[in-house]
Amino acid sequence: MSEANGHGQGEGHRLRSLTMVPRAAARSATKDFKSDQEVRWCPGCGDYAILAAFQAFLPELEVPRENIVVISGIGCSSRLPYYVNSYGMHSIHGRAPAIATGLAASRPDLSVWVITGDGDALSIGGNHLIHALRRNVNIKILLFNNRIYGLTKGQYSPTSERGKVTKSTPFGSLDHPFNPASLALGADASFVARTIDSDRRHLTSVLRAAADHQGAAFIEIYQNCPIFNDDAFAPIKEASATDQRLIKLEHGEPVRFAGGTRGLRLGPHGDLEAVEVTAAEGLGKSDAAAEGLGKSDAAADEDTLITHDAHRADPSYAFALSRLDTADFRHTPVGVFRQVEQASYDQLMAEQIDAARSRSGPGDLAALLAGNDTWEVS
Amino acid sequence: MTKQVQQLDHVIIRFAGDSGDGMQLAGDRFTQETAVFGNDLSTMPNFPAEIRAPAGTLAGVSSFQLHFADHDILTPGDAPDVLIAMNPAALKANIKDLPRGGDLIVNTDEFTKRNLTKVGYDGSPLEDNSLEQYHVYAVPVTSMTVKALEDFDITRKDAERAKNMFALGMISWLYDRPAEGTLSFLKAKFASKPEIMAANVAAFQAGWNYGETTEAFSVRYEVKAAPLTPGTYRNISGNTALAYGLVAASQLAGLPLFLGSYPITPASDILHELAKHKRFGVRTFQAEDEIAAVGAALGASFGGSLAVTATSGPGMLLKAETIGLAVSVELPLIICDIQRAGPSTGMPTKTEQADLLQAMFGRNGESPVPIVAPASPADCFNAAIEAARIAVKYRTPVFLLSDGYLANGSEPWRLPDTAGLPDLSQEFAFAQPADLGENGFEPFRRDPVTLARPWAIPGTPGLEHRIGGIEKADVTGDISYDPDNHDRMVRLRQAKIDGIAADVPPVEVDDPDGNARVLVLGWGSTFGSIGAAVRRARKAGHSVAQAHLRHLNPFPPNLADVLRRYDKVLLPEINLGQLALLLRGRFLVDVISYNQVRGLPFQAAELAGVIEDVIEHV
Repeated sequence: MSEANGHGQGEGHRLRSLTMVPRAAARSATKDFKSDQEVRWCPGCGDYAILAAFQAFLPELEVPRENIVVISGIGCSSRLPYYVNSYGMHSIHGRAPAIATGLAASRPDLSVWVITGDGDALSIGGNHLIHALRRNVNIKILLFNNRIYGLTKGQYSPTSERGKVTKSTPFGSLDHPFNPASLALGADASFVARTIDSDRRHLTSVLRAAADHQGAAFIEIYQNCPIFNDDAFAPIKEASATDQRLIKLEHGEPVRFAGGTRGLRLGPHGDLEAVEVTAAEGLGKSDAAAEGLGKSDAAADEDTLITHDAHRADPSYAFALSRLDTADFRHTPVGVFRQVEQASYDQLMAEQIDAARSRSGPGDLAALLAGNDTWEVS
Repeated sequence: MTKQVQQLDHVIIRFAGDSGDGMQLAGDRFTQETAVFGNDLSTMPNFPAEIRAPAGTLAGVSSFQLHFADHDILTPGDAPDVLIAMNPAALKANIKDLPRGGDLIVNTDEFTKRNLTKVGYDGSPLEDNSLEQYHVYAVPVTSMTVKALEDFDITRKDAERAKNMFALGMISWLYDRPAEGTLSFLKAKFASKPEIMAANVAAFQAGWNYGETTEAFSVRYEVKAAPLTPGTYRNISGNTALAYGLVAASQLAGLPLFLGSYPITPASDILHELAKHKRFGVRTFQAEDEIAAVGAALGASFGGSLAVTATSGPGMLLKAETIGLAVSVELPLIICDIQRAGPSTGMPTKTEQADLLQAMFGRNGESPVPIVAPASPADCFNAAIEAARIAVKYRTPVFLLSDGYLANGSEPWRLPDTAGLPDLSQEFAFAQPADLGENGFEPFRRDPVTLARPWAIPGTPGLEHRIGGIEKADVTGDISYDPDNHDRMVRLRQAKIDGIAADVPPVEVDDPDGNARVLVLGWGSTFGSIGAAVRRARKAGHSVAQAHLRHLNPFPPNLADVLRRYDKVLLPEINLGQLALLLRGRFLVDVISYNQVRGLPFQAAELAGVIEDVIEHV
C-alpha cells in the first residue's frame, strides 16, 4: 500500500478518483451507509465481512452519500447494493460494468463502485469486464471470488480448480480456471489488486488505494462461501507470518515472505522465482532446485531480489507476479499488483466536449438542422 | 448547338454500377442538385452488404434511384425511366426493371469480353439487338474521362475513378440541373488533394459538355420546380433526421444526450452523426457489444441523461434483457431499431418491417414497451422527439421502429421553426429533496395521472435508493416476493403503458369523398407506397380511405372505431402479417393482409392493383 495515502484525505489531499466529485460538508459515519434492508446472506458468508469493511471505509471518501453509486450484477455478492444507503442498482447478470460505464461516463461527479462475483464478472460478463478495464473508466470493481456459483446452488465457476466435483460436474470439472488478476492485467487494467475477506485491515487498505486511483480499479477479494465451497481459501487464511504461501506486496520494498526467509527473483525468461534467502551475502536456492525438478541451482543474494514496483508502465512484471498464484496456493501475492497513471475514459470524454465547445461554442439547433445545403421555396 | 427542350412532370433515374464506381456519390450529388432546383424528390439507394464484392460481378452491383417531379411525390418510384449502367453487371442486374421504351445509358468501355463473360453474357447485348426495345445511348464514359484528364498529373486509375463525375455531369446537363453545388462539394471534399479535385471538376465539366455537344442527345428535359409549401428546405435521409431529432429532443428536454451503440447496418450512421455533435453535449459510446451499448445507455439514464441506443434486428435480440430491466426499474430509454431483412443476419442492407412482434413481445414476463414508427425519412425527426417525450414523461423504454428504406432514403424537408417544437422540459421533472414524504423517499410512488414513478438521480440528497430487476414492492420499491404485490405491479406497469393512449393523437383517416368502404391501413415506411397506390386507385375512379399508424403500442384511442367504420381493411406490410396479428387479437377485426418480404419497398402500381381487387370484392 502506498503510505502517502494511507490515512484518509486530511489537509486538502483528495483521493484521485474523486477530483470531479463534490466533497462532503461533514464526514459521515459507518452507520450512515447502512440501509434499512435486512442483510440476507447465509450465516458465516464472507460477504458480511466485505460489506462491513466497505461501509466502514466509505466515510473516508468524504463524498456526500448521494454522490456514491453502487452497481452490481446478479449473484450472491450482487445483493450488496441493497444494504448500502446510497444510490444503487442491482442490474443484470454480468452487465454491471457496462451499466456503470454509462453512468460514470455521463456523470464524472459520482463515485461509482461495481460489485460482482467470479461467475458474474468472469463468465457471463467477461466481455464487459475486460473492456471496462481497457477503457479505464473511473469505476472501482470489487470481484468477490469464492470459486463457486452460490446463488444457483453450487455449480463450478470459471475460477474453480480443475477437477472440481459439483452438482453440474459429478465426475469433476474439465475447465481450466481463470486467474482473475492475470485476466485483468491482460486487459491492460491500470489498477489491479488482490485481498482477502477476513483481513479487514488489508482489505480496507486496498479499497483506499483503489479510491486513490483515477480510472478503472480491479480488486479481487478471496471470499469464503461456507455452504458450497467452504474453506476454499483456508491455506491462505491460516497462513502465519512465516508461511511461504502468502506474499504481501509493498510498493518500493523488496518482495520478501515467509518471515523474510524467502524472496522473489527475476527468472531467465521473465517469470518470477521464489528463492530462499539465507544471508545478505549468501546464496539462495530456487524452489525448483529445492524440489528437485531439474532446474539449475539458483544463486541470489539479497540485493538481487526484486523490488515491488506497482507503477511500472509495462505490465509484464505485474503479470509475472499474478502467475505465482496456483490452485494449491503455493505462493499467493496480495496487495496492489499494478497502479499506473492513465487518463480515465470519462475525463477524456468530458474534455472532448469542452474542447468542441470552446472551439466553436455551444451547439445551435437551428443551424444544425439547416446544414449547408438549403433552398428557399416562396 | 441549340437543343429541343421537352417538359416532363416527373422522372425516375437509376444510377447503377460496380460498388467501387461511386454510384452512391453520384446519386447523392444529383439528388442535392435536384433538391436545390426545387423539385419534390424521393430516393432509394440499394447496395450490397459486401464493401467491395469482386469487381464486375452481379453481387457487386450498387444502385441509386431518384424520383423527382414538379408535384409532390411519395416514393422513389417503381420502375426507372432512365437507367445508367456503368458496366455489364449493372445492366444485367437492372435491365429487367426498365420498362419498354425507357432510356438506357451504357458505359461502352466496360463491355469487354472479360466483363461480359463474368456475368454470363455470351456476346455483347449492345450488339445483338437484345436491347432494341429501349432508347440506348452508348457512351464511352471511361475512355472519354481518361482523355479529358490526360493533362492532369494523376494516375490512370485516379482518372478512371472520376468517371462517375463524367456521368453525373452528363445527366446533370440532360436534366438541366444546377451544377454549382456539386462543384463546391468537390472543392471541399478534395481540398487536401488539389490535383484530384481539379480532375473531378474537369470530369464533371467534360460530361456536361459532352451532353451539350453530342448529337446522341437530341433532347434536353425540364422538370419544373414543385409547388411546395413555402419555407426553407434541405434534403435529408432518415438516419440523419433521426439523429437530429434526438439532439433536438435533448435540447428541448434540457437533458444531456447519451448514445450507446455498437456498429450495425443500417443503424451505424446514427452513431456517426451523433458523434459529430459534441458541442451539444452529446456523449457517444461505441460499446464492445450490443448488450453493453444498451447497458451503458441505461446507466446514463439512471444518471439523468436522455439515453438512447441504436441498432437493428440482430442487436435488438441482444438488448432484450436490458430493455426488460428498464421496464422493471422504470427508467427512460429510447431504443432505435433500424429494421433490416431477417431472420439472423438476413440481408443487412435490405429493408423489412418484421421486428414489430419482437419489439412487442421479445422479453420475458409481462414487459410492455411503447412503440413509435416514422412514416418517411424526414418524419424520423418528429418520431424521435415523440419517442423521447413518451420515454421521459412515463419513465419507460420506448422503441423507435425505423427501417433500412427510411434510414438511407431521402426527401426534401421543410425546416421546422425550432421555437415551435414541443417543450419536453414540461413533460417531466427530476424528483427533488422537497418531494420527500413522511415515510422517506418512495421510489415507486406513482404519479396519479401518468402512473410514472419518480426519476430521482444520483447527486440528489435525501433520495438515495436502490433499484433492480427483482420485483419491487408497490410504493416503497423494496424487494418483494409477495404474490398479490407482483400481480399488482404487473398490472400497474401494463396500465401505465396502456394509459399513454390517452396522450397520443387520434389516427387520422384520409377519406376525401366519405364514400369509401375500404380502408388501407399501414405503419412505418410503407406510408409513401400506400399513399401513391391510393392516389392511383382514386385516379381510376375508386373511393378508398387511407390511415397510417405512428403509435403501435399503445394504439391510438380511436383505432377501434376507425377499423369498424369500413367494410374491409387492407393492411400491406413488409412482413408476414405482424400488425395484422395484433389488430385481430386486439379488435377482432378480420383485416386483409397483403405481404411481401423482398427486402424492397412496395411498388405503388402493384399495390394499387391489390387495392382495386379488394374494392371490387367488397
